[in-house]
Amino acid sequence: MVPTNYYLALSAILFGLGVVAFVFKRNIITIFMSIELMLNAVNLAFVAFSQALGKLDGQVFVLFVIVVAAAEAAVGLGIIILIARNRQSLNVERVNLLKF
Amino acid sequence: MTPHLMLFFVLAALAVGGAVSLIVASHPIRSALALIVVMVALAGLYLLLGAEFVAAVQIIVYAGAIMVLFVFVIMLLNAGEEERTNVSRLAGTAGIPLAVALAGFLAAAVARSTPVTATGAAAQGAASTRALANLLFREFVYPFELTSFLILVAILGALVLAQREK
Amino acid sequence: MKELFLQHAFLITTAVKCGLLLFIVLTVLAYLTWFERKMIAHMQSRWGPYRVGPHGLLQPAADGLKFLFKEDPTPAGVDRLVYFLAPALSLALGLTTLAVIPFGPEPIRIFGYETHLGIADLNIGLLVLFAISALGVYGIALGGWASNSKYSLLGGLRSSAQMISYELALTLSVVGVLLLAGSFSLRDIITAQEGRMLWGILPRWNILAGPAPQILGFLCYFVAAVAETNRAPFDLAEAESELVAGFHTEYASFKFAMFFMGEYANMIAVSCLATIMFFGGWISPFPTTPAWAWTYFLPSVLLAGFGLFVIWDGVHYETLFGKLVLPGVGAALCGLGALFALVPPVTSYIQGPFWFLTKVFVFLFIYVWARATLPRLRYDQLMSFGWKLLLPVSIANVVLTSLAILKWGGQ
Repeated sequence: MVPTNYYLALSAILFGLGVVAFVFKRNIITIFMSIELMLNAVNLAFVAFSQALGKLDGQVFVLFVIVVAAAEAAVGLGIIILIARNRQSLNVERVNLLKF
Repeated sequence: MTPHLMLFFVLAALAVGGAVSLIVASHPIRSALALIVVMVALAGLYLLLGAEFVAAVQIIVYAGAIMVLFVFVIMLLNAGEEERTNVSRLAGTAGIPLAVALAGFLAAAVARSTPVTATGAAAQGAASTRALANLLFREFVYPFELTSFLILVAILGALVLAQREK
Repeated sequence: MKELFLQHAFLITTAVKCGLLLFIVLTVLAYLTWFERKMIAHMQSRWGPYRVGPHGLLQPAADGLKFLFKEDPTPAGVDRLVYFLAPALSLALGLTTLAVIPFGPEPIRIFGYETHLGIADLNIGLLVLFAISALGVYGIALGGWASNSKYSLLGGLRSSAQMISYELALTLSVVGVLLLAGSFSLRDIITAQEGRMLWGILPRWNILAGPAPQILGFLCYFVAAVAETNRAPFDLAEAESELVAGFHTEYASFKFAMFFMGEYANMIAVSCLATIMFFGGWISPFPTTPAWAWTYFLPSVLLAGFGLFVIWDGVHYETLFGKLVLPGVGAALCGLGALFALVPPVTSYIQGPFWFLTKVFVFLFIYVWARATLPRLRYDQLMSFGWKLLLPVSIANVVLTSLAILKWGGQ
């Protein structure tokens, strides 16, 4: 068996990489994807704990996270399409006005 | 090294490699592909953890639907190479080391803490899926119903956003 | 020898099964194209391929050679990695789906080691199948994007939107079956359909059986599955009247063949799944009572009859090559039929696979039939059909099935 710590360490590393991607990417879609990466990292921790504690609650939580991610993707990508339509650019630095 | 551990390291390497190439890739489609690799690797890790249903859902919903939506939008907007302008100098000089340090500290703290080994293994295989369903539809039935509201609201939001102005 | 085998029995049998399945499936894929071309041609009062070999039977081999040796130009400005990855992904995922399908009920025993027909027998088989086919969209979408051509891009866009839309209906349409069987394992789903109903007249297959006949579920499943595999009348991703060839416009030679084989492998997987979930898998449509024992000889009678027909046809064939080859093929078929009839263990063993493959063949025929008959949908028609009709009907099927199980009991 793999120690639970390994999974948690991997989860932390992935989360950190997600933060890095979130801060450094300039494309709004990629930034959105780095949020998904962070969510995935957290899911891994949930499942690892679920196995370590012998309870399934963590897995239920993962299912909820996935549902929320799907809803978020639908709305978020809609917003991105609107931004791209209005500003003709996907660079977040160009989205710097409070009103269009 | 047991086969389990070997498999873990292979999948972990895949996941970390995918995450790194998400950052390094210059084209959004490449980033999306990298993220799909991460997700598939994580599904493998879930299988390793005995969470078969979650692994399948991870691939069907996350990799098979949400990421397809991302790829679709990237293709629809015909997103080109990322512009590399305007990276603030503060982010460059202080951000990377700080972020790496964050990940490093987190990983180190976790790895050093007293090793937790799986106590009673959760129900495996088909029994695990059955138990998961029982939990989801009995104890967590209110949150579950709430998620359906969430999805409804998301559908409405997406419709309103996508509608062209009259 | 025996000890060595038993030591690594699992590895050896799995490797052999993988190799065998790959060989059979690739041959079947090749001849499926021949079958489709011939069928459509005859439905449209044409002859179809008939130059290469008798009845064009060597056409697949000629096509294969052509695919291998044709020039394979890479268009300018493509994303190389993705351009090469897309067809490989398409083929690999298409073939992997077949690994979880069980083809027959009884295990084979080699030196006392039992192994089932079918490579992997998973307790989440159905989920794995859906997971793999959910990834299949990337082959088409990425191929369309990477080609750096507007027709390809439009094809890829269309197919990704179409696949997300129809995947919902596809997944929901099988929930009824899952409720009835109470398991994700394909083997369990089939065994749950054993037995007879209505005083033994009808088999207790999910499509007919109480408490909740899955007729709606089956219709939704099959329509959604045809859309998922990008076949006519839902083949908007490669609509040749509008998009040249859609997502594979810029692909030539073996990469094109990989897309093609992936699509056909998906067709086979979808047909297998329809057979397993709604039509009782390998269960014979006839009762197992002694009065119906003669049905055990149906496979051999059909094979031998077909073999005799081929011999008769070969004798009258125009070319010398046909006169020489066709009677030989017919004789081989007759011999196979005799083997099936005269060796009792073989006779009983092939029953399961025979019925399974027959049902799969019927679905493949329906695929071809639909392509020859139905006009292609317009894109807005496709979307409104998927979201406004197919999805509500499949949800209604889930609700009705659960109510029926609550009322009249199920598993």
